[in-house]
Amino acid sequence: MELVKCSNLCKSFDNKKILDNINLVIPRGKIIGLLGKNGMGKTTLLKLINDLLTPTNGEISINGEKPGINSKRIISYLPERTYLDKGMTISQILKFFEEFYEDFNKKKALKLLKDLDLDVNVKISKMSKGMQEKLQLILVMSRDAELYILDEPLGGVDPATRDYILDTILSNFNEKASVIISTHLISDIERILDEVIFIDKGKIVLTSSADELRTKEKASIDEIFRRKFKC
Amino acid sequence: MKYTFDNERPIYIQLVEMIRVDIVSGKYQKGDKLPSVRELALIMQVNPNTMQKALSELEQEKLIYTERTNGKYVTKDEKLIEKTKKELAQDKVNSYLNSMKSIGIDYTSAVNYLQELGGKDGIS
Repeated sequence: MELVKCSNLCKSFDNKKILDNINLVIPRGKIIGLLGKNGMGKTTLLKLINDLLTPTNGEISINGEKPGINSKRIISYLPERTYLDKGMTISQILKFFEEFYEDFNKKKALKLLKDLDLDVNVKISKMSKGMQEKLQLILVMSRDAELYILDEPLGGVDPATRDYILDTILSNFNEKASVIISTHLISDIERILDEVIFIDKGKIVLTSSADELRTKEKASIDEIFRRKFKC
Repeated sequence: MKYTFDNERPIYIQLVEMIRVDIVSGKYQKGDKLPSVRELALIMQVNPNTMQKALSELEQEKLIYTERTNGKYVTKDEKLIEKTKKELAQDKVNSYLNSMKSIGIDYTSAVNYLQELGGKDGIS
């Protein structure tokens, strides 16, 4: 059974179509790039899959079921904006995640935090923006989930942090799970992608294996994207 | 060592080329057990699926083989490794001669330059 399947999925806000007839299958064991310019519907699609919005039309199924309690159990979501309580310390957040998610692997989180040399007694508000982003990614990747959804995980981080984030995604990825990464910063991330989905003006305009697309177009994914969506 | 990739070419092909070089240069010796797909993917910072594809390609070239349940090994066929090395050498020679030609140096002079400027170890 497909991990995620969207059929004729539409979403409108105030009669404005944000997503228009999306048909999409997300298989298991892949790292998938959801690529599109700003405001093209990436976050809306991810929110629908996460059951944070309801479709105007069409359907989503996750492991064959409508989004709900069961899908939340198996999806680990990194939203675009932070939702952590900045007054909490790292160890308080770890405890919170442990209580909240059955599949939270605290050992894994502690190991990743140790690599970063972070003191667990420090408050979130005292950490730099880059560190906060790393912490959030660690929390999300430390769940033993079936689907990881990362909405713009590279927004505004320096190149060293970007490498750290890519490594963390790769080393925690397993063949039973899939990762969806949305971004418009394609060149930074394309090396690790199995498949790419181009989204534009609320429609899926292309889905392909990344290496097949490179072979066919003799160019990088970034270059192909730029050619297709020239402003 | 950090591996860098050219995003304009399929990543799996670049992995095949890199591992091929690792074999002919002796980093992985004949008969050596290779790290697992996962480990190799982490070492070279790529997606394990892409690494799997690259290893299948090398397996088709017979440069590596799978021992059931035991992992992947570098071929024991010395002749095949020599042949692969020669093919890679041919590419390097071609590109040397071509770049000499592009600055107006013919074959004979290119050979002389190689001896004169190449230094004792071949690297000046």
